[in-house]
Amino acid sequence: MENILNKQIPQDTTTLKKTGGDVVNTDFEVRSLDTICVNESQKQHPWWYNLKYSLVGIIFGIVFVKAEVISWFRIQEMFRLQSFHMYGVIGTAVVVGMISVWLIKKFKVKTIYGEPIEFHPKKFNKGQIIGGITFGLGWALTGACPGPLFAQIGTGAFVVAVVVVSAIAGTWTYGYFRDRLPH
Amino acid sequence: MLELLKEPWPWYVAGAIIGLIVPALLILGNKHFGISANLRHACAACFPADIKFFKYDWKKEIWNFFFIGGILVGAFLAVTLLNNPAPIQVNPKLAAELSTYGINDYSSMVPRQLFSFESLFTIRGFIMLVLGGFLVGFGSRYAGGCTSGHAIMGLSDLQVPSLIATISFMIGGFIMANLLLPFILRL
Repeated sequence: MENILNKQIPQDTTTLKKTGGDVVNTDFEVRSLDTICVNESQKQHPWWYNLKYSLVGIIFGIVFVKAEVISWFRIQEMFRLQSFHMYGVIGTAVVVGMISVWLIKKFKVKTIYGEPIEFHPKKFNKGQIIGGITFGLGWALTGACPGPLFAQIGTGAFVVAVVVVSAIAGTWTYGYFRDRLPH
Repeated sequence: MLELLKEPWPWYVAGAIIGLIVPALLILGNKHFGISANLRHACAACFPADIKFFKYDWKKEIWNFFFIGGILVGAFLAVTLLNNPAPIQVNPKLAAELSTYGINDYSSMVPRQLFSFESLFTIRGFIMLVLGGFLVGFGSRYAGGCTSGHAIMGLSDLQVPSLIATISFMIGGFIMANLLLPFILRL
């Protein structure tokens, strides 16, 4: 079974885990395909350990609303170069993120459980351009990237749940046609 | 203090807090910041349909569902406890353009005239909500990440593919907002 899975996995897989059993390796390869956002931790914890991520999410959600990042109007202004606001938000976030990652690498900061923090370089593929432009078209239509979609629902715009279902359908469609799309 | 928090927050405050989410998730548990992956985990959990792209242990990424659950709750708290009743201030040029399409309600984060269940059954609303959502889901996975994964996490880690993806996001957005959206909004 593992061998079959291994053969099916395309060669553009960029992240390989050296530790752990074979089963874990195969799963991590599939799980980390076409994504930045991966759980690198090998630790097993009870479910309620995840509540700390909810707390981070709550802070994120409050910022989204209070800085109007989830506003369809702000996104329209951004793409019409009518306001600096969104460029300021994203630019500051990137600078703070860069400094943080640099510090984590430089001082080999560990997680609160003592695990080393891991980074895996990503490889270029055509999807980043074709998919990126496709995503941009959708971003300007809905006025929201995936994070703000959930925040918009939280503000009471319940119709956005339809957008989320549609986005899940889009992701599924990509998964279905993945092998036939240029990468 | 509370009154100040109710006002719209400036970009540098929001940007700094969003940037700090990157190290917060890394230090709390080796988690790489990203949201669109949730859409894929939802596929893996609910309709894997024997597609190998969805055949992985999604429970290992369950932290991300907790994360987006928090975003939803945080947004709810922001509009209940820290609500700012004033309408959103937008660039007069945008307001003038939108009024020609009959959009003049600035009481919510999203234009109520477009984002409602009634609007969903109009051609304009269907394109914006259903097609828009589809493009977001399809495009973000094809690109390997969205604004959070590529533009924030990827750029923070100085990844060139993420820079290419971010530039592509902006190109797509500029094309839609300036060239295509005016036609869609007239429907």
